[in-house]
Amino acid sequence: MSDPSLLAVEGLKATYVNAITALDGVGFTLARGEILALLGANGAGKTTTLKALSNLLPAERGQITGGHIRFAGLDVTRTRPADLVRAGLVQVLEGRHCFPSLTVEENLVSGGLGRGATRREIASDLDKVYAHFPRLTEKRRILSGLTSGGEQQMTAIGRALMSRPRLLVLDEPSMGLAPIVVQDICRTLRRLNREEGLSILVAEQNAAVALRFAHRAIVLENGVTVLSGTASDLKARDDIKAFYLGHKAPGPSTSVASSPPAFAG
Amino acid sequence: MEGFDGLFFLEVLVGGLLSGVMYSLVAIGFVLIYKTSGVLNFAQGAMLLFAALTFVSLTERGISFPLAFAITFAIMVVLGITIERTVLRPLTNRPPITLFMATLGLSYVIEGAAQLIWGTQVHGLDLGIEDVPFDVSGVFISQFDLFAAAVAATLVAVLSVFFRYTRIGLGFRAVADDPFAALAVGLRLPVIWATVWAAAGLVALVAGLLWGARVGVQFSLSLVVLKALPVLVLGGFDSIPGAIVGGLLIGAAEKLAEVYLGDYFGGGIESWFAYVLALVVLLVRPAGLFGQKRVERV
Ligand SMILES: Nc1ncnc2c1ncn2[C@@H]1O[C@H](COP(=O)(O)OP(=O)(O)OP(=O)(O)O)[C@@H](O)[C@H]1O
Ligand SMILES: [Mg+2]
Repeated sequence: MSDPSLLAVEGLKATYVNAITALDGVGFTLARGEILALLGANGAGKTTTLKALSNLLPAERGQITGGHIRFAGLDVTRTRPADLVRAGLVQVLEGRHCFPSLTVEENLVSGGLGRGATRREIASDLDKVYAHFPRLTEKRRILSGLTSGGEQQMTAIGRALMSRPRLLVLDEPSMGLAPIVVQDICRTLRRLNREEGLSILVAEQNAAVALRFAHRAIVLENGVTVLSGTASDLKARDDIKAFYLGHKAPGPSTSVASSPPAFAG
Repeated sequence: MEGFDGLFFLEVLVGGLLSGVMYSLVAIGFVLIYKTSGVLNFAQGAMLLFAALTFVSLTERGISFPLAFAITFAIMVVLGITIERTVLRPLTNRPPITLFMATLGLSYVIEGAAQLIWGTQVHGLDLGIEDVPFDVSGVFISQFDLFAAAVAATLVAVLSVFFRYTRIGLGFRAVADDPFAALAVGLRLPVIWATVWAAAGLVALVAGLLWGARVGVQFSLSLVVLKALPVLVLGGFDSIPGAIVGGLLIGAAEKLAEVYLGDYFGGGIESWFAYVLALVVLLVRPAGLFGQKRVERV
């Protein structure tokens, strides 16, 4: 396998409940060690794309109707979510999704269990996560449902790191967080990328944050990839500026196969 | 009521609480499965009957109690795993009502199978504990009730320790909290489901033996699930402490109502009082007394 890309998505189409078209031709590749940002307005299809990557769409009554996703030689749509995690594709879901009635540490441990790690590996990985996110150390015995939004995001990322990912997928990690917390998290992720070669795919509405953080970016509109380029190129473009400064109104977000154009924005 | 007899009241109360433990036990079987699959497992009663019937039939063939218990438990585990494989897994991502219908069908299959394998006659079950009252400083307590309560308490303690301190237990609590996140984290949901069904099978076995010793092992045994419903309504479908407290409350309320209000209604209150109580709670607190108390910051 001489394919240099870790992840390759090609002509991806997806629907929900066999009726609502959410993706209508998404394609991109991600090289090993790369940080790629996935930009787009509300309803552009970012979350749907990321769920497709972890083969989580069936659990949300979504279907992939066309295209391919390959991760490290695996055909993603034929691989169970748990096996994708073991292969190193780990996702931090939109809205964090910590287990609220588990302690912060139990949340982290659950990530290790997902990988099938031994007790010793879990212990050493916990130390690493606490080193990356010192704020979690003092909260380890607190129920995660009682911690702040930033702490929950760190818990969710820490939980994903416990699975020893090769590709970390993050869905709007900045959502609802103070800029300083976002900065903190970005710095940690970039260090992981630099020092451990962790590849990262991050979906963001906040293009300003994402383009500062990523090497390269692609832009989704109505479930279609419309642009791609290096972060510095995209930063210079007027339409992207307009987009992330909020001048451009996002178009209707989905094409609805049957009738009403609901679900927009 | 001429003159309130405190000692007598206490006796009724204790008797009620102890019989309530048996309701709790049945209810816990429901809660375990509800928490992980979001489905009210209608087959819990059939599993209870199946377990009790298997156990008696084995002992009647001369197998010792501990061995019969072990064999029956093993069968319940296999049953649980089979159910997970053949019924639940193909139905994942279907609406809860589909799953409920599936368990409804399942309960008939299990009952039918029990009938086919073990026959339809009523079996007596003697656990060697006599149902004689004994005197604790003036209050008469049934020895059997006390035994049943101790067994139930032990079972609950064992399950609590299991779910708190083991990997599978952590997985169980994670799935109960957020199944989608559990899937994304890579937890092996089938393993967790199978374990939970096995645990529910164990609960069914213990409850089946205690109830069977009390009322005989027969097909009406599967109807004790109907007694669990008001307990679940009271305690919440997703709370094990709720199931315990709910069972105790129902047990006590039922007995007290029978003794103190029975005369006004011409007796027989015990058979319906629990449902009225549940209905009242349902009106006031639809989630039950303990249900769905999510951990959330305010
Ligand atoms: N579970 C679902 N059932 C039906 N339609 C859905 C579902 N999830 C998303 N959609 C639709 O699919 C389209 C793409 O949604 P998606 O969540 O992928 O967008 P997004 O880019 O992540 O948006 P946001 O920035 O708001 O998170 C939207 O029009 C949305 O209404
Ligand atoms: Mg989204």
